[in-house]
Amino acid sequence: MADSRAHQLALQLVEQAARIMGAPRLIPISFAHVDACFYTGQSHVDFVKFLLEHGAKLSVPAWTNNSVASPDDGGLRPERSDPEMVRGAHELMELYAKLGCKPTWTCAPYQLAGGPKFGDHIAVGESNAVAFYNSAVGARTNKYGDYLDVACAITGLAPFAGLHTDEGRMADIHFSCASIPDAWKRQDIFFHLLGHVVGRKAGRRIPAISGVPKETSTDQLKALCAASAASGGVELLHVVGVTPEAPTLNTVFRIGETYEVTTDHLKAAHRELSAFNDGPLDAVALGTPHFSLSEFAELVKLLNGRKVKTTTYISTSRGIREMLIAKGWLKDLQDAGVTIPVDVCTYYLPKIQGLKGRVMTNAAKWAYYAPGMLGVEVCFGSLKECVESAVFGAVWRDPDLWSNP
Amino acid sequence: MTVLHAGVAQGPVLLLDEPLSFWGAFDPRSGTIIDIHHPQKGQSLKGKILMMLESRGSGSAPGGLAEAIRLGTAPAGIILVQPDINLAIGAAVAETLYGKACPVLAVTTPEFQELSKSAYLHISHDGRVGPSLDDA
Repeated sequence: MADSRAHQLALQLVEQAARIMGAPRLIPISFAHVDACFYTGQSHVDFVKFLLEHGAKLSVPAWTNNSVASPDDGGLRPERSDPEMVRGAHELMELYAKLGCKPTWTCAPYQLAGGPKFGDHIAVGESNAVAFYNSAVGARTNKYGDYLDVACAITGLAPFAGLHTDEGRMADIHFSCASIPDAWKRQDIFFHLLGHVVGRKAGRRIPAISGVPKETSTDQLKALCAASAASGGVELLHVVGVTPEAPTLNTVFRIGETYEVTTDHLKAAHRELSAFNDGPLDAVALGTPHFSLSEFAELVKLLNGRKVKTTTYISTSRGIREMLIAKGWLKDLQDAGVTIPVDVCTYYLPKIQGLKGRVMTNAAKWAYYAPGMLGVEVCFGSLKECVESAVFGAVWRDPDLWSNP
Repeated sequence: MTVLHAGVAQGPVLLLDEPLSFWGAFDPRSGTIIDIHHPQKGQSLKGKILMMLESRGSGSAPGGLAEAIRLGTAPAGIILVQPDINLAIGAAVAETLYGKACPVLAVTTPEFQELSKSAYLHISHDGRVGPSLDDA
């Protein structure tokens, strides 16, 4: 209902944002990914209740980000761990489903079919999804904070400013990877560490990255986007010859600083993300952002029928879990002792059981946030190192990997 | 001076040495800064005219501010140099839901420096700021 009180509030918020951004007009969007469904306090519940009580209707498909809790697994974050937060999280999930959101509960919505395409204007809040949609898909969004994301979904509008405009998408800093050996660039950890380096240096600028292999996968782009969004606040990056808007460097970068990424930078990033490099482990945490089907395929291959000794969590979406069931991998992984939470991530409070002490991860984003959020010590490694370590029950370092001298 | 979210407020000035994120670095339940890396950790924002050059970005910041306004632990008003959408939206939503105002303003750097010398500030609905009611 375009004249409902809820719609009026939503339009007021979008127009307020447009005024602050200096946007000359609002533009129609075709999709939203909502972050306000992540419980941070009672005001989040009150906001969506107000919308529902005042006639809110979504104008575009809106998918949901991670929640704090999962209705499928009440034991993961039991109510006693933080009654207000866990109860609030469940209530919020019901309310956003009632508003008409598609209950995807994932920080990696781009892994699911039916999402936005190249050139689409969209409204997204989750930092890694903002970076991935802008960079890898070529859809256009600014980072819309809580409430504004929902307001865009209700009005079907966003301020025409920033990353929605052609000129707003030009890179203003160039990272060259020309001096990095090709063998390094074929390893998954390269993209996590490169993302960490790029984010630290770029801050909120738009990086163009050259010297990265053409065959870079979407999982590797996910790692690059998530790590640079966490360490710096990158909302769009161009990878020359890989991402759709950057066939050549000149297309996306004309003037600005060029920064030579060196092997020393990558090694320093590895040290920064690893508090320890050997010894016993309390847990292994994978899937930040949510594990994709292709990452599970790689994991199944690496695990090769063995069981894990260490508590191992691999976060994913309920959408990807459906695919795991269809492949028969879910049962195999559960039999191997792996826990696969859906709808949530593991690096924030309340703490998930067993995620304490010394934890290994293959995700730069997890390594960046978890020490502060959970008070754990983190060891960063490749997927293969994480799998072998989980099987042995202690940190295993890959002698063939460049990060291990 | 730009009014990001309008409202009337007054209170003692709290000048932050570094930007603050309203989610993760601030606890709405107590109204205090909890980020161990922030030089003013432990300070209460409640009832203050909060002055900082910019806000540290987090998509969850609007909820952090709205929740503090709901609980009565929020600053009375916020004065920035860098305009911030998250704080404006958080204040706007809280006003709609709870009928409580927390004005958010962006001023120039010289204005910020001048205002930060005051111990107490008034903010008027049209965005005027000053140490006494006459100035505001």
